[in-house]
Amino acid sequence: MSATAPRQARGPSASYAEPVEAPGIDPRGPQFTAAITAVVLIVILLLPPAAAAVLTGVQALLFALGAMRGVQHTPHAALFKRLVRPRLRPSAELEDPAPPRFAQAVGLVFTLVALVGYLTGLTLLGQIAIGFALVAALLNAVFRFCLGCEMYLLLKRLGG
Amino acid sequence: MVGLWIVLAAVVLALGFGGYRLLTDGRFNGTHAVRGAGSEQDVTAQPAETDPSTWASLGEAVASVVPGERATLVQFSSAFCAPCRATRRILGEVAEVVPGVVHVEVDAEHHLEVVRRLNVVRTPTTLILDGDGREVARAAGAPRKEQVLGALPLGM
Repeated sequence: MSATAPRQARGPSASYAEPVEAPGIDPRGPQFTAAITAVVLIVILLLPPAAAAVLTGVQALLFALGAMRGVQHTPHAALFKRLVRPRLRPSAELEDPAPPRFAQAVGLVFTLVALVGYLTGLTLLGQIAIGFALVAALLNAVFRFCLGCEMYLLLKRLGG
Repeated sequence: MVGLWIVLAAVVLALGFGGYRLLTDGRFNGTHAVRGAGSEQDVTAQPAETDPSTWASLGEAVASVVPGERATLVQFSSAFCAPCRATRRILGEVAEVVPGVVHVEVDAEHHLEVVRRLNVVRTPTTLILDGDGREVARAAGAPRKEQVLGALPLGM
């Protein structure tokens, strides 16, 4: 998945030594991606099962792309760079690309579960899985809040 | 139609949860009184083994750090955490400006024992320890600078 977080292992660093970080990305990029994703997920939920399965497959591919190549190398990101970013003011703060990339992997898991649901006739399972992915995408699009990232520590805590 | 209901439920859930987070993130809450922390004498009288300070609980996670005389800001971070970066900058600035305040960052993933012991569930979580290494306040989510300054224990 995304084991290659481009961040050096952080030991206990006392205050004044700010760690040098990888160049960040515009945080509004992943936010834009999440907004488009949310729209796609809503459409999936409103379509009949066969069409929903097809679109779920497409969205799973997009998530896979984001998880493997990073959120800054997806079709959404290209769209953002060409159409949206030139119209915005420069971002005050850049962000680490690792968290949104991890979120794409979480999205991939949910869409794969949904795909299995739709393809095996368990339409409700598919719809619920898409519903969870929609909650996460909306949180990201509206509040820039990464639900998958928080689950990460909770799962680690449980797993030991 | 079931799909439409799920859309509505997801929107309500996301707006409710996100709104709640927006209101509470970065807010420092006084920590519940540590056992025996009622009066200064009681605490100092107790042997360290029976009532370890929060600083002591951190153990090897902060091994090479000298705690601040007035306060230590302990930040728990993880790799997949966008607001951790902003939190690091803000706490670093506070430590730079206010004398006797030190900022320490702990990688939550690599110190899960400490994370469980101190009941940290999210990153970033910031603990404010007083000069004796006891936790006086904590905030989950990125705090603003004023919020940190307002929660610092008084200097001596």
